[in-house]
Amino acid sequence: MAERTQKSKKTPKRDTEAADAAPASTETGEKLRAELDDLLDEIDEVLETNAEDFVKSYVQKGGQ
Amino acid sequence: MALPKVCGIETEYGIVVRGGDNNPVTASSVLINSYVAATARQRGRVDWDFEDEQPANDARGFSLDDSLAPEVETTLVNAVLTNGARYYVDHAHPEISTPEITTAREAVVWDRAAEEIVRKSMIEATTILGEEEEIIVHKNNSDGKGNSYGCHENYLIARHVPFGRLANQITAHFVTRQVFCGAGKVGCELPGQPRDDVPYQISQRADFFEEEIGLETTLKRPIVNTRDEPHADAEKYRRLHVIVGDANMCEVGTYLKVGTTAIILAMIEDDELGDEWLLRNPVRAIRQISHDPSLEQTILLEDGRRATALEVQWGLLERARKYEQAYGLACVDEEVGADVLDRWEGLLSGLETDPESVANSVDWVAKKRLIDGYAARHDIPPGSDRLKAIDLQYHDLRVERCLALRAGLQTVVSADEVANAMTQPPNTTRAYFRGRCLAKFPEDVVAANWDSLVFDIGHDPLRRVPMMEPLRGTAEHVATLIDTSETARELLDRLGE
Repeated sequence: MAERTQKSKKTPKRDTEAADAAPASTETGEKLRAELDDLLDEIDEVLETNAEDFVKSYVQKGGQ
Repeated sequence: MALPKVCGIETEYGIVVRGGDNNPVTASSVLINSYVAATARQRGRVDWDFEDEQPANDARGFSLDDSLAPEVETTLVNAVLTNGARYYVDHAHPEISTPEITTAREAVVWDRAAEEIVRKSMIEATTILGEEEEIIVHKNNSDGKGNSYGCHENYLIARHVPFGRLANQITAHFVTRQVFCGAGKVGCELPGQPRDDVPYQISQRADFFEEEIGLETTLKRPIVNTRDEPHADAEKYRRLHVIVGDANMCEVGTYLKVGTTAIILAMIEDDELGDEWLLRNPVRAIRQISHDPSLEQTILLEDGRRATALEVQWGLLERARKYEQAYGLACVDEEVGADVLDRWEGLLSGLETDPESVANSVDWVAKKRLIDGYAARHDIPPGSDRLKAIDLQYHDLRVERCLALRAGLQTVVSADEVANAMTQPPNTTRAYFRGRCLAKFPEDVVAANWDSLVFDIGHDPLRRVPMMEPLRGTAEHVATLIDTSETARELLDRLGE
């Protein structure tokens, strides 16, 4: 395990994720809502035509 | 020092046939055969060799004799692919086991490759099926009616680690990691409990775990599975067979599921995790957490304290940071390990402050956003079949239907890497030798399993090449040898030198 001898690891630097964590501004909120609206439009388009029937008939054999 | 965390993922997919005979065993066979026939390697189809499979061996040190033995795997179709994976019918599902890999990043590449192989299989199958028939495959873990099928992980562990300690200490992570790698589910499937009792829960699988520890995989499923079948040198290694996870559509989910688990297992192997987070009642806890998407539910710890899943996860992360300082993370790849810790921390922060902020990285949050939005727009009551349809279609692998593909999920690896991995093995494990030999000498390899390849090179008896060391047979070891061997006979002769 020679490759394990060098372990002068410093605390890894934080990337930009912390900045993304709290989308507080109303602008961001509106953008998210607009995105979701588009997404819901798309779901209306691609959802199985007989979605409820498909769910009812969806039966699997138990596996592992 | 912990062993390199060689691992792999086995996914059983949901399957239905529309417009034809809905027999899942036949459909799974058609699916796989269509793919195998379509690939150039068809002439070299290789059978899986079961000689060394012992699924009834128990890590606790005894074999099942007259107690309830696990069902023996009945396998109709069984192909070994040039990327080192196994593609087969298990029970009544198509299943792909990825090749052995060494990092969470590689796990994502070959898990995604498996998904693309299934997608290609569905398309190829249309050429065999009748005009109105369609095979539809889902990467999920339950049908919403009480039937579940698994997405298992496997990790290489040093044999000397006492199994009792391993099982005790890993349980907290298995119970609480669902907060970032749960796939989300509409409704409840606990026996005897109405489906509507839980309009939405974090995990697909949590309802199906009834024991803390045991050998079963299909009934009375245990949180820690004790199957002891290392597929490697049993004196040195065990393979921890993990049956408690959800299949992830989101690459970040797979990445962190494997990445965090590998690090925590390394900590346990080096006895650096400790007993701070032992749980009093893991079976109850895994459901309590799953059934509360607000993440406020506390669970009972062995010492009498109560903690939320996030608090347990923060505790595990803190320990992992200390472990990284003391030992480094070479056993999971330093760079990947550091990235896993950072992303893990980022997700815990996000889940704590505003779960919506991680809707691009966590399956259950992404799916919940779709379901809540759809319910609000169309004024649909919680738990209704229409919402269940969105749940199901999130996992639909047909590109034109798959909702996960439309949910804005972050990726971890590139599409090119994934496409490549459909046919190429990883460089870093014995899967390299398996995959390369199958690609280059398809006529000569007559059988394969995880720890050996069998060659038929003409007049001699069959020649078995044992591969008991998962980290031998890598590109570094054998690439030149394979590249420069004209025939399988030459390869074997030179291997023997």
